[in-house]
Amino acid sequence: MGLVTAAAPIEIEKTESAEEVFAVPEPDVPWVTIVHNDPVNLMSYVTYVFQTYFGYSKDKATKLMLDVHHKGRAVVSSGSREEMERDVQAMHGYGLWATLQQDRK
Amino acid sequence: MPGHFEPLPGGGAAVALDDVEISIIRSLAVQLLELIGPGPAEDAPADPLAELFAEGPSEPPSDPVLKRLFPDAYTDPEQAPATEREAAERRDHSAEFRRYTENDLRAGKRENALAVIRTLDELSSGGGGAAVLKLSPEESRSWLGALNDLRLAIAARLDITDEDDADVLYALPDEDPRKPMVMAYLWLGGLQETLVSTLLP
Repeated sequence: MGLVTAAAPIEIEKTESAEEVFAVPEPDVPWVTIVHNDPVNLMSYVTYVFQTYFGYSKDKATKLMLDVHHKGRAVVSSGSREEMERDVQAMHGYGLWATLQQDRK
Repeated sequence: MPGHFEPLPGGGAAVALDDVEISIIRSLAVQLLELIGPGPAEDAPADPLAELFAEGPSEPPSDPVLKRLFPDAYTDPEQAPATEREAAERRDHSAEFRRYTENDLRAGKRENALAVIRTLDELSSGGGGAAVLKLSPEESRSWLGALNDLRLAIAARLDITDEDDADVLYALPDEDPRKPMVMAYLWLGGLQETLVSTLLP
């Protein structure tokens, strides 16, 4: 980028932005999507789903798949409740057994 | 290679299938379609808009196969609710989730099963005996989903709920009435395994 003589913004002060007024407060506790183990889904298929749907690397997808397989469950994503409902629906679409819950520690 | 998908140059996958194999997969896909049921459109043919706003069911399906294909979204199978209130909350949330998602989920699974039937029918019209099924990448993804749903369905019918159940079934004597279903389950697993490997990025 070269030097550009851009017009300086004249008025940037805002009394109260519309965003602030309508902003929905973020919940303090995030939600998580959990995938549960089952004896039917192939390990390669579960890895494929994590790579394809979440865009995870092969290493990360494989690690999550192994967690599901050995520990019986793995948290595969976290975020707002709406986002997690989307992820759970997608997992059910792929035939994986998934639930969501608030990540109470 | 019978029973094995192989990647096609330029994308997609191919598998050699004989008449018996074609009819087994087709028949299983038709049974799955019948179980999943028709879309909401057939319930309300008079109003196409109604389909967009149609709500799904609130209650979990009673059939074990459908229960596995459409599980409760808010019911952690390993952590029992601590209080009666929490149990009620999970039920309510699961019911609401089901109302807004189950119709779409059913539609997705129906489309996958229909894609399987369509590609097989195009294949069998080409000539008798053994044939080579060639799938585009998109058809491969539909097949992958359908093969998984078929295996989940058979496993639910065979009551496979943990690894030990599966081991017992693999060791069944030939005269056991469940044997053909177990063979189909294993064969579909081989098909799915090799199809996944053609799709892995």
